[in-house]
Amino acid sequence: MAQLVSPGGRKLVAGIPLAWLTVLFLVPFVIVLKISFSEVRLAIPPYAPLFVQRHGLPVPELHLSNYGFLLSDPLYASALVYSLKVAALSTLACLLLGYPMAYAISRASSTRRTVLLMLVMLPFWTSFLLRVYAWIGLLKSDGVINNVLLALGLIHQPLVMLQTDFSVYIGIVYSYLPFMVLPLYANLEKHDPTLLEAAADLGARPFMRFARITLPQSLAGIAAGSLLVFIPAVGEYIVPSLLGRTDQLMIGRVLSDEFFENRDWPVASAVAVVMLVLLLAPILLLQRFERRALEAER
Amino acid sequence: MRPVGYFSRTMLVAGLAFLYAPILSLIVFSFNNSRLVTVWDAAHSPTLKWYAVLLTNGQILDAAWLSIRIAVISATVASVLGTLGGVALARLGAFRGRALLTGMTTAPIVMPEVITGLALLLLYVALEHAIGWPHGTGAVTIALAHITFCMAYVTVVVQSRLVGFDESLEEAAMDLGAHPATVFRRITLPLIAPAIAAGWLLAFTLSWDDLVITQFVAGPGSSTLPMVVFSKVRLGVSPDVNALATLMVAIVASGIAGSAVVLHYRERRRARDVQRAAAVNA
Repeated sequence: MAQLVSPGGRKLVAGIPLAWLTVLFLVPFVIVLKISFSEVRLAIPPYAPLFVQRHGLPVPELHLSNYGFLLSDPLYASALVYSLKVAALSTLACLLLGYPMAYAISRASSTRRTVLLMLVMLPFWTSFLLRVYAWIGLLKSDGVINNVLLALGLIHQPLVMLQTDFSVYIGIVYSYLPFMVLPLYANLEKHDPTLLEAAADLGARPFMRFARITLPQSLAGIAAGSLLVFIPAVGEYIVPSLLGRTDQLMIGRVLSDEFFENRDWPVASAVAVVMLVLLLAPILLLQRFERRALEAER
Repeated sequence: MRPVGYFSRTMLVAGLAFLYAPILSLIVFSFNNSRLVTVWDAAHSPTLKWYAVLLTNGQILDAAWLSIRIAVISATVASVLGTLGGVALARLGAFRGRALLTGMTTAPIVMPEVITGLALLLLYVALEHAIGWPHGTGAVTIALAHITFCMAYVTVVVQSRLVGFDESLEEAAMDLGAHPATVFRRITLPLIAPAIAAGWLLAFTLSWDDLVITQFVAGPGSSTLPMVVFSKVRLGVSPDVNALATLMVAIVASGIAGSAVVLHYRERRRARDVQRAAAVNA
């Protein structure tokens, strides 16, 4: 296909987006890495230069103190572990709810399928922030759910649901569910139904057919959906800020507090670097699955 | 097949109820008279008073206007850049920087926003230090940030549309001696136009809605709508935010319904045309 575009055209078509993303996406991470090794100071910008002039030569001055600080204060480790746990369990919950949803959509008639897919995508087009906000009104101690349960006589005093682990899980599963359903649907839709019929003819029970045929074929979809939920959930900021506990922060909030409240840019950068290192493997894995899915389209 | 069928159908209904219940409650309580968002004041409701409160709030209106301008500019530039990216990934085969472009397309979509926001702000500060630009942060720095994450989405949308089409049409035009630019304008562009339109709308929505990255790259003077809404709802529920949410849901829903109607009629017309052509040939 190389001849489709002239050599000069090729350079422009690929070069412009590459240049843009290099300057505004790649270089910024290099700067984050750099600043995570520098020291905070009271100036503008509030960090010390990484290179100092010695004998007329620029010499790098690397400080590991920001990383040492992250290790010394248990707040950071606890926020990180909590975030990983919340993201992992939310991903599992999304999978348990999203898989049957995607399966049902993929087995629906084609007109119904379009409507159902639209229904799954529609919330994605309305504000993330406002959808999370909606849960405050539902989960508050004088909120809709408590009022209904009290009126029905099922409980006698309001349940504490807001600002708990429960509300964080609800918020994240709710916000990221479409990211799980859509890749799973794209995968399940391609399955060949005659395989299941053949298995049924040979006497396999429904659970067996699912476990031996549908599930193994959909592993790539499960992986893609799970990574699409897990990676952003680790650094989620809005959900824990509006619905989360006040005594246990998530790492995204810690980063933002270091930056905005403490104005400690080097420590905020070090937190970002730690998160990036942890998320690098999942991001690379996701790219592999997406490349494979695209190749399957060809 | 049956048991799995019933189970998955029940889960689908439950999942959709879970997705829509909060949105529904936002809408219902936007017509509630009481300040307490969750207690229905039956004697004086429904009322439009919170819509009046919302639409006379100068701070909200200013923020909405700023958000609209940023979203239009970001979506438009992101559509151009994302189309180039999508065409490059789907049609150029192997080229230098291909792996890099693929990586920088997936990563912004999943990257936790706090990291992207911090990284972009640090870039702006370093640039200002080195070349004196940008002077502080504001609408321009917000738009540059939004373009960057929006173009990744447009790239993915355009790329997957192009991958679905084989290249024979483009090759045929080339064989007939058309210039590559002509091939792009007359064949490739019309093929991907729906994807570019969808990408533009998606980019507009993402820019309009972004809070976390914007907080990092917005200056003290420029507050977008999500920033104003966030500082309001952090202090608790407020009914005029419900009214805002209802308006936004109404706009999105009518847009989707409108496009569904247009698609439906276009499909019917095409079916009629096909029938007519068949009749003429017979």
